[in-house]
Formats: sequence, structure tokens, C-alpha cells
Amino acid sequence: MADQTVNQHTLPPNPEKATLEGRNKFLGFWFFLGGETVLFASLFGTYLGLRGGVVSGPGPDDLFHLPLVFIMTMILLTSSLTSVFAIISMKRGNYKGLLVWMWVTVALGLAFLGLEIYEFYEYYHYGLGFTTSAFASSFYTLVGTHGAHVAFGIGWIVTLLIRYRKTGLTLTNAPKFYVAVLYWHFIDVVWVFIFSVVYLMGYGG
Amino acid sequence: MKYLWRLLPFTFILLIVGCGQQNLSALDPQGPVADMQFSLIRLSLYIMIFVIVVVFALYLIVLFKFRERPGDTHIPKQVHGNKALEVIWTTIPIILLLILAIPNVMATFELAEIDDSEGAITIRAHAHLFWWEFEYPDHDIIAGQEMYIPTNTRINIELESSDVIHAFWVPALAGKQDNVPGITNTMWLEAPNEGVYLGKCAELCGPAHWQMDFKVIAVDPDTFETWAANMAEVPYEEGEITEYAVEGRAIFEANCLSCHAIGNEGGNFGPNLTNFGERTVYAGYMEATDENLENFIRDPQEWKPGNNMPAFSDMPQEDMDALIEYLKSLKVLD
Amino acid sequence: MSNAKAQSKSVLWDWLTTVDHKKIGIMYLVAGAFFFALGGLEAILMRIQLMFPEFSFVPAQTFNELLTMHGTTMIFLAAMPLLFGFMNYIVPLQIGARDVAFPFLNALGFWLFLFGGILLNVSWFVGGAPDAGWTAYVPLSSESPGTGVDYYVLGLQVSGAGTLIGGINFLVTIINMRAPGMSMMRMPLFTWSTFVASMLILFAFPALTIGLLLLMLERIFGATYFAVDFGGNVIIWQHLFWIFGHPEVYILILPAFGIFSEILSAFSKKRLFGYSAMVFATLIIGFLGFMVWAHHMFTVGMGPVANSIFAVATMAIAVPTGIKIFNWLLTLWGGRIQFTTANLFALAFIPSFTMGGVTGVMLATSAANYQFHDTYFVVAHFHYVIIGGVVLGLFAGAYYWWPRIFGYKLDETLGKWFFWLFLIGFHLTFFVQHFLGLIGMPRRVASYLGGQGLDTMNFISTIGAFLMGIAFIIFVVSIFTSMKNKVTDADPWGNGRTLEWTMPIPTPEYNFAQTPLVRDVDALWYEKYEGDGKMKAAEPLGDIHMPNGSILPFIMSLGLFISSFGFIYYHEGFLWLAILGLVINFGAMFVRSIKEDHGYHIPKEEVIKGGK
Repeated sequence: MADQTVNQHTLPPNPEKATLEGRNKFLGFWFFLGGETVLFASLFGTYLGLRGGVVSGPGPDDLFHLPLVFIMTMILLTSSLTSVFAIISMKRGNYKGLLVWMWVTVALGLAFLGLEIYEFYEYYHYGLGFTTSAFASSFYTLVGTHGAHVAFGIGWIVTLLIRYRKTGLTLTNAPKFYVAVLYWHFIDVVWVFIFSVVYLMGYGG
Repeated sequence: MKYLWRLLPFTFILLIVGCGQQNLSALDPQGPVADMQFSLIRLSLYIMIFVIVVVFALYLIVLFKFRERPGDTHIPKQVHGNKALEVIWTTIPIILLLILAIPNVMATFELAEIDDSEGAITIRAHAHLFWWEFEYPDHDIIAGQEMYIPTNTRINIELESSDVIHAFWVPALAGKQDNVPGITNTMWLEAPNEGVYLGKCAELCGPAHWQMDFKVIAVDPDTFETWAANMAEVPYEEGEITEYAVEGRAIFEANCLSCHAIGNEGGNFGPNLTNFGERTVYAGYMEATDENLENFIRDPQEWKPGNNMPAFSDMPQEDMDALIEYLKSLKVLD
Repeated sequence: MSNAKAQSKSVLWDWLTTVDHKKIGIMYLVAGAFFFALGGLEAILMRIQLMFPEFSFVPAQTFNELLTMHGTTMIFLAAMPLLFGFMNYIVPLQIGARDVAFPFLNALGFWLFLFGGILLNVSWFVGGAPDAGWTAYVPLSSESPGTGVDYYVLGLQVSGAGTLIGGINFLVTIINMRAPGMSMMRMPLFTWSTFVASMLILFAFPALTIGLLLLMLERIFGATYFAVDFGGNVIIWQHLFWIFGHPEVYILILPAFGIFSEILSAFSKKRLFGYSAMVFATLIIGFLGFMVWAHHMFTVGMGPVANSIFAVATMAIAVPTGIKIFNWLLTLWGGRIQFTTANLFALAFIPSFTMGGVTGVMLATSAANYQFHDTYFVVAHFHYVIIGGVVLGLFAGAYYWWPRIFGYKLDETLGKWFFWLFLIGFHLTFFVQHFLGLIGMPRRVASYLGGQGLDTMNFISTIGAFLMGIAFIIFVVSIFTSMKNKVTDADPWGNGRTLEWTMPIPTPEYNFAQTPLVRDVDALWYEKYEGDGKMKAAEPLGDIHMPNGSILPFIMSLGLFISSFGFIYYHEGFLWLAILGLVINFGAMFVRSIKEDHGYHIPKEEVIKGGK
């Protein structure tokens, strides 16, 4: 596909799906997210099967404080929103807007990750090591896998932002930004499930 | 291929009738549970033989009728399909499957039922690497490797495991259920006839998986009560056995008792040996000879790799002989 | 990078960096055949051990390693890669595409599979192979001493990632890359079954990924999911494994169904009977494949309600499978059947697989399953479906597509020897095993006692295994002795129906000089009898865009390979190696991400020259 930077005025209205490569990437990424869904479903299933296995260690009631998790949820939801703004900018041909909103998304993602690390650190000092109980192992695995996804997403988006800081929007990088945002929405949705299944159910039920 | 297929139905009948040992085969059921399962096996087999006959008949017709003859170059008609045929070969299998599914669901529920009404006995079958412990909570006794049961009595079995997953299978009496660590499974069986039924572990559990055999021994209810009463006692007060065996008993107490119980004394890291003298095989699978017994005691890993018994390779020969004499004297049914 | 520059590289470099789906397909076939031979050897060793009661040919521990590696190798490293080989080579040709959707990822998928397979087999040389069965039930696997199971976990994790990538690639290729006129309902059945199998891969493999991740964390980092004393549960593994494992069976068998559909139709010179019913049945089987996993667990104590539901759901799969069998028979009906070796394998499949299918229904009968489960009856059943279905399909496909892929026909005389010996050996080996199971022989036993009625049939079974081994040797010999039977005709069987028989042999790098216009199911056949025998072109001749080769897939896979050793020997202080490997992997990903690669063009003149 075209190597040169396409003049922004000549870009088609949906640059992320204008080329066959872009369409392939787009469709392939949706399939990938389908697989990721099963991946997280398996982790949720494991967690639900094991969350009663507290043995002598601390359980959900002793650990979770909702205010912190609520703040984390809000931060991640907001970052999803800012990534939507980025795509709107892209569709309007406002490349600068795309970059700025993506950087905001990254910043929010980092804030979330920082709070998650703090949260784990707290639990650890509360006596919940990774090997303490089946509950502990499955909790850390589920939430930690999500955290790893967030970290990977941040690394990915930052790479794109640095690589394309000066190129302007092209038919090559439009699909890249688009699927990165798709991925970001996905991990946001997964977090909503974690918030409900792990924290709310752990707190209430 | 052709010849083989022509032989198949004969082989079928021949094998079903002629093969397998009465105390081991699922095809020669010796109790109500295995009977129920065998009737389902037969039902499914008949339906499936019907399917096979239809498919094979069509197949052979096709092969002979529509083979390419030399010089034939006609282009066959390109048929798209046939709605009526499609409906037929969708509906008939559904009907056949329903004929099988309904009795199966009924049997599945019946087999899962735990009926502990008057007279039923509960046995806890606890699997270890690589031996079986049978606990009789009602009689407060524990037996190793051989599960004595009274005939014509409903036996409810609770399955447990202390290490990996094993499975309790006595083909002639009942299909298997798994012994899963952390979970108690239940099943039941009944034996109308006296006899020794062979049992096997059916779930891969380590190198000696194939040697993890056991026996279900059905005896008349009176004999069973005698057996159970005697199993609770330490047999033979002083003077009841030969002096030689008394010597052996001292050796046993010094070396073995911490793991192997006799009566209600001793540990249960290994099989209970109260009725060891009545065993017809040693270690679950070896012919019951003194030589095999000594070999096993001197090097258990050699004969049952991966088991937890320490080796007594250095035991002096006279001690060994006395120990064996004592072990062989352990009987509860004489 | 220009085309001329690419050609100047050495042959080895060319294969290491190729992103051509045809070369990747060939590499899958070669690697898969190697692992197939290895798995076969393991099987022969096991059968020798079981030839006589209480025989001591191999120790029990080794036997457990053999049975684990035989299953794992055959499923993950032989059957699937061999099918992937055909899918890679044939599917783009069948849909009229110049390439797959993601050539780079396609190469990555292959190298991940190969490095994963090598990793798994390294275990033989460093303290013992995995010994807990291909199902690796915990706690046997989580507590298995040594590093064998660690190799299992990481080897499958690496190769499984490759499979998942391959699956996504096929899905997008089939949806987005079809030639004009090739609607979904005109796709050849092999392409259809590849599509459905890829769907199954996509939704089944992540469950295995998680299962393996948990097992790795438990074994290496002390997690407690399966440790009962810590509140763990050992049944979770079985659910995760079979949520993957049952669809896996259909991932294997559906493409084989596709191969048979192509071959039976081609060699009876008839259109596939009930095309839409066949497609529909494939979809239904794929869907139901996800609903029945717990029929592998009837004896773990799920209770009668779950057992009944899974029993009935499993029986339901017999209906679409039956539809397929009858459609194949009716495809042959009224045809002009030619008994080539390819077709012999396809024809032998029908009765063999039917026998495997009916024992499947018997196994689904939950109450009777308590007798069948974990006995040689099960061993007989799944070998009847896997060999009678998948392996016969692979050999049929090999004979059928061999001239397209390798440019020569395999010798028919040797082929028939191979076929008959293999088929007789197969039935001899496994038919008696049904009865061995029913009369009291559990599966996965390293030996059995004499005098229990098991001796004769075990001996017969071993003889059958020898026959299969000899047959396979004949096949390998014929690969080399047939090389002189060169073909150049685009349609060497003379009765090709689909697009893979429309381009010259050897297949040009760009597959189609002009993208074909598809006017019916069996596009080529349609043109032969309704048109002028040649495909209509959907575009004028022009420059053809091709992707560049890349060494990065190889490096990324190598990184994960190195990293795996770091994890396996984590407790010996090799964490640094794990990190190093990941750095290599992510570094290569990073390079791939920032370096834009737009491929190159083959000029029109060269395309015209190549067509002549």
C-alpha cells in the first residue's frame, strides 16, 4: 500500500478500513478479541470456582475496599472515553487531536496501573501472598492478567505515538491506531466484569 | 478389507460370548449394577449394528455398481441433492438416539441414587499410591486391598483419594467412579453370588498404575460378620502362634507397625495387614510366594515403582524369614 | 527490497524468511511428517511392551512417558500441523487468492509450532519426558517430579500460540480474500471445513492457554489452584482441558471431512450431494462441539443431571455426522468411481469412521460409560475416529494434492500396497481393543497380568501396529522412488473441480496471474462443461503486489523458545534466561511494529513470461 504520506484531504472517510490490509487487520483483530474473551472467561470461571478456597488466609471481605477500586474503574472508563475522542479526531482528519487524546489515554492507563500495583502491595502486606490460598492465586491471576494486558496496551500505544509522531495520518497507520483503541476498549470491558464479579460480588456476596 | 468385513459379525459374536473372565468382564455381569450397564451396552450395540449394516450395505452397493469400467467415459449427472432423503436420514437417527437416550437417562439417575435403608452397608474406598484402603464405618474396621462384602446386600461406596486421582472399577459388579482428592464421590453395587471379583484402578496415577489391583470378595452375610468382628481385633494372643512367628511379630512391631496396622493397632500409611495370611496375591498383583514377599520387602521400588514403602534391603535373612512366617499366620476367617 | 535482491539470498535463508503460504504449507507438511513418524515410533514401542503379559521391554515410568508423548505429539505436532500444511497450501488456491491475509503472522504461526514441538521433545534428553498423559490431569501432573511436565506446559503453550495465530489467519483469509463470484456458499468443502475448524481453534485454544498457564504457575511459582490443602480444586483443570480438548477433536476431523468431500467428488466425477446440507452439518458439528466437553468426565462425580444433559447433547452430534456419511454415499451413487490410491483412502474412511462414530454414541450413553470410561474401549474408539478419520484423510489428501504441491505423482502400485497394509494393520490393531476394554483392561497400563484373558488380543493388536509401521515405511520409500513421475499439467488427475487445479505446476509464486471469476460451486468443473474449460479472468493482467520475506517470525519464536528454558529451570537460577528470551521476542515485535514494510511488485512482463 502507498508508502508516501497521503494528503489528509485525500484520505477516505474511514481511513482505517480503506485498504485490504486495513480491513484484514480490523477483522483479524475482532477475531483475536473473540479469543481473548474465552481466555478471560476461563480465568473468571477459575476464580469463581476457587474464590471460596480461602483456607486460613484473608478473604475478599477482609481485603477489598471499594472506594479505591471505584476510582480505578472511573479512571479506566475515562481512558476509554478519551480514546474515543482520539478516533473522532482521526475521522475528522485532526491528527494532532488524535495524538493528544491518545497520550491522555496512556496517562490514565498509567494511573490505573499504578493504583493496581498499590492495591496488590497492600493486599500482600495484609497477608495475601500469591501462594497463600487458592483464592489468592486465582485472584492475582485474573486481575494480574488484566493488568498485564493494560501494561501491554500502554507499551503498544506509546510505540505507535512515538513512531508516528511526525508522519501525519496515513492509510498504514490509521488501522494501527484503530485496532489499538479497539484493544483498549476491550480491556476496559474486561475490567467492568472484574469490578462486578470480583469486587462487588466479593464485597456483597 | 473385504474379507475382514465379512468376518466382522462372526468375530463380534465369538468375542462377546467367548472372551473375558467371569470375575473381570463387563460383558458377563455378576450383579444388578453391572447388569443394568450391560443391558444398555447391548441396547446401544444393537442400534449401532443396525446403523452399520445400513451404511455398509449402501456402501458395498455403491462400490460394485458405480465403479469405473474400462472404456467408460460418460459424465455422470451432476445431482444437487434430495430434500426427501435429507429429511429421512435426519429423522431416523433422531428416533434411534431417543430409543437409547431415554433408558440411559433413567439408568443414570438410578445409579446415582444413594439408598441407605436398613441393611445397606457403607464402605469408604480410599485410594492411595498404589493401594486401596477400605474403611467400614459401621464396623469401625479398616481393611487393605481386599474389600469383603456380604452377598445380596446393597453396598454404598464412598470414594476418596489421599494423593492423585484414581478410579474404582470392578467390571463384573459395577462401572467405575473416580477417587478425586478433596471430593467424596458415591456409587453402589451388589453381589448376589459369592465369589472373588477383580478390581482395578482405571485412572492413570503413576508408574505402578497397572499394578493397583484389588479384590472384592463376596461372602455370605454370616461369614462377613465373623470377618468384620475379627478384623477389629489383634489376632493371636501369646501362645496361639508358633514361637517363630512370635519372633516375626517383634520384628514387625519394630519395623512395620508404624505404617501397617494389625487390627486396630498401628499406622495407616500402608495397607492394613490384619488378614494378610489370607491374601492370594501380594502387593495387589504378585503370586503369593515367600520369595515374592521377600523380594518386595527388600526392594519395593523394583516391584511397584513410585510407591511409598521404604526398602528393607539389609534385613538379616533370619529376621526376614521370621517376619514372613508371622505375616502368613495373620488370618481372621479360620 | 526488490525482487532481484530477494532472489540472491541462499536457499536456507529463503526458507527461514519466507512468508509464502505455499512454502509455509510445505514446511508444515515436512515437520508434521517428522513428528508423525516420531509419534508412530512411540506407539510401536508401547505395543511391543504390551505384546506379552508382564513383559519388561520398557520400564513403567518410560511407558508413561511414551503414552504421554505419543498422544501429545500425534495431536499437536502431527495431525494438526499436517492439516495446517494442506490448509496453507490449498485454501488460498481454492478461493482464488494470491496469498493469505497475514503472510507474516502465517510464518510466525509455523515457527512457533516448530519451536514448541522441538521444546517438547527436548525433554527426552534432559531427565525424562512428561508422564501424566496428554490430558495431564492434576494433581498427577502438578506434582509430577522432574521437569517433564514443565516441558509439556511450555512446549504446548508456544506451539498453541502458533495454532491460534494460524486459525485467525485462515478466518480472515477466507472472509476477506475470496475471488469475485466466490460467495461463501460456493466455497469448496475443504475451505468451509477449514473455516469452521479455525473458528473452533479461536474459541477453544484460549481455554488451553489458561489451563497451561495455571499449571505452569502452580508447578514453577507455587500457586495453589489445584492444591486441595490450600482450598484448590482438581476438577477445574479437567473442565478447562476438555473445553479445549473436545473442540480439538473436531478441529482435527472437520478438515479431514473436507478433504474426503473433495476427493470423493473428484474421483466419482460428481458434484457433492447435498452441498448446503454438508455445510450446515459442518457448522452444527462445530457448534455442538462446544456443548459436550463434560462427556469426558462422566465418572468424576458431576451428578446425574449434568451427566444426562451432556449425554444427550453428545448423542445429538451423531445426527449431523450421519447426514454427512449419507451425503458422501449419495455423492458416490450414480458416479463413475475411480480407485486411485487417494480415493481408496477416502473410500476406506466411510466404513472405518462409521465404526468409530457408533462407538462414540455408545460412549455417550452415560450410564454405560461407567464401564467404558478409561478402558481400551475408549482407546479403540478414538483411534477409529482419529486414524479412520483424520489419518486416512491426511493420506488421501497427500496422494490427491501431491502433484500440485510437489510437482510429481506418487507411485500408484506402492500406494496400493501402502493402503492395504495400513488399512488391515489399523483394523487389526484397534478392533480387538474394543473387547479388551470391555473384558477388563484399563487404558494407560504399562503392562497386564497373564491369565486374565487379555493375552491373545494384545498380541494381535501389536501385530497390527507392526503392519501399520511397515506400511508407513513403504509410503516414505515411495516418496523418493516416485520423483520421476513429473507432471506439468495444471489438472493432472483430469477431473479437478476446484480452483487449485487451474494454475500451472509448479504453482507460481503469485498463484493466479489474473484473479479468476467464479461462476458456480466447483468453479473449474463449471467452466469445463458450461464454458470453454478455462477460468474467466476477473481483472486485466498487471503488476502483482507481493509481501516481503522476514526473519522476524523465526527470531520471535526463538525468543520464546529460549525464554521457556529460563522458566523450566527457574529454580536453578535461570530467570535471566527467561527475561532474555522475552526481550528477544518483544524486541522483534517492536522492530516489526515500527518498520513499515510495503512489499514489492512483480512486473507484468514477468507474470506473462511465467504463464508461458
